[in-house]
This record gives sequence, structure tokens and C-alpha cells, in this order.
Amino acid sequence: MTGVKQVRFGVVVFPGSNCDRDTIRSASQASGATVRRIWHKETSLGDVDVVLLPGGFSYGDYLRCGAIARFSPVMRAVTEFAERGGVVLGICNGFQILVESGLLPGALLPNVSRKFICKDVRLRVERGDLPHTRAVKAGTTLKMPIAHGDGNYFADAATLDRLEKNGQVVVRYCDENGEPTPESNPNGSLNNIAGICNEKGNVFGLMPHPDRCSEAVLGNTDGLAVFKSFAL
Amino acid sequence: MKTKIIVTLKSGILDPQGKAVEHALHSLGFNGVRGVRIGKFIELELDGDNAEKGRIDEMCKKLLANPVTEDYKIESPTGK
Repeated sequence: MTGVKQVRFGVVVFPGSNCDRDTIRSASQASGATVRRIWHKETSLGDVDVVLLPGGFSYGDYLRCGAIARFSPVMRAVTEFAERGGVVLGICNGFQILVESGLLPGALLPNVSRKFICKDVRLRVERGDLPHTRAVKAGTTLKMPIAHGDGNYFADAATLDRLEKNGQVVVRYCDENGEPTPESNPNGSLNNIAGICNEKGNVFGLMPHPDRCSEAVLGNTDGLAVFKSFAL
Repeated sequence: MKTKIIVTLKSGILDPQGKAVEHALHSLGFNGVRGVRIGKFIELELDGDNAEKGRIDEMCKKLLANPVTEDYKIESPTGK
């Protein structure tokens, strides 16, 4: 552990983002952090170390969730940043934008129940070595809220196989004992997948909301582990 | 020139919306209805270069359909 560094966060705001303020507030709790709000029309990210794509309903979820936001001017800069190894985190709609843009594989389909689901879930952290998860030991379970209508992770068999072999599944829906059971899977995601990373491990997207559980007053601070990880 | 594009879920991908509609049809007494799948219908007005099949294909691949989960069909812009 190298001690705490000062992280410069950039939070991208799309028309229809509604978790940008939660994300900014959560990120600014990582000690010494600075947070820059980046409007989706900007073509440069500025000097940032970590790019956060917040939750919400960018472009009203028209066509498919994230399908239009993925072509916002700022996404070209985000893609270049990610390709250079820059650290990117997509939360909920941010995750949907990352899969639509091809920065992460697969797709997020409507929940099997056809319902918008808003509740706390348990997650088993499979990777504790990413820039986004360094503050958590692999195997730990965290409690986080989900709030989505389209969180059903899908990938074709070959892609799913590759994800599992490469250890790209970062968080999985699980029960109280950390077991990824069918009952603990809220939306029908293949292999109980709640979040994945790219091969290099610098881009991570998840459906649950660490930004909604990073303050004691909210009754849960499990999400803070994610934001603190960036500073380690 | 008007072009119609039909986007459907790839076979094998569960369509919860289709299932719900199928159940609703059953409860209305339309028994014997099976395999309800719901897709999207997109109509475009195109001019000049954009009316070429290759251009429409590109639009579908880039934006209108998600190649991971969806197939698309272009109704011939050359007019039937």
C-alpha cells in the first residue's frame, strides 16, 4: 500500500443523468479528491485521473439504454482515455453506456421480471486488485442498492466464457452467505453478474449504486470502499 | 425515399415483454398463441447517398440495432 494519493475525478453529466450529484459527493469523500463536472458536449476531459459515468436515464433511455449517450462528444475522449489505460467507472446507466460503446463486452437487457427494481442487494466482490476495488478483499460481500429496469447482463456463450476465464467478473449478486444463488439474482443476469471489467482492468461497470451508499446518514457506507480504492 | 427497418431480438434471447403479452392474450381467451416476440419498427426518410444499402446497414450496425442482442431487416429502399 502506497498511502493515499490525491485523485482528480471527472464526473460526466449527460442530459438525463440523475446520479451525478450523488457521485460527485461520494467521490469527494475520498480524501484529498477534487471533482470536475464534465458536460457531455465537452470534447476534452481535462486533467483527471478517474472518469466516472453516473447513473440516470441519459436521453430518456430512448432506443436502448445508453445507446445515444454513447455518441455524445465527450465519449470520444472517454474512449481515448480508457484506451490509454485511464481508470473509468460506470455506475448503472454509466455501465449501460460502457457496454453500448464497446468499452465493455455484452449487453444489458430488460429485467426478466419486467419490473423496475429498487432495493438493496448483496454483492460478492470477485476482484480486490482493481484500481476501483483495492480497498476491498476479494470474497468480501457488500450491500448496495440497485435501481434499474434494464440490468439483466447478457453476453454470448464465448464472451461469457472468456469473461469468467479472465476473471473479468468483478461483482456478483449473492445471498447472505456470499453464494451466487438463483434467488439472489434480482434481474436474470447470466452467472449472477452485477459488474464486469475489461481485460486490462482499468474500465469497470456495475449496475448497483456505490454512490447511494457512501454516507452514514444514508444508513450504509459499503459504497465508500469503491471511492476510497481510487486513492490507494 | 422512405425506408423501414425492423429490429428484432436474436432468437434464443428471452423476451419478457413478449411473454407478458402472450400471457395477456391467453387470459383474453386467445389460446394456442405461442412464441410472441416484440421488436421495433423504425421508419426513415432518406435522400441521395443515404439511400444506399451500405449506408443504411452502417446506421443499423452503429446505432439502430445492438449487434450483441438484436437482428435487423431493411425493407428494400429501392421500392417494390
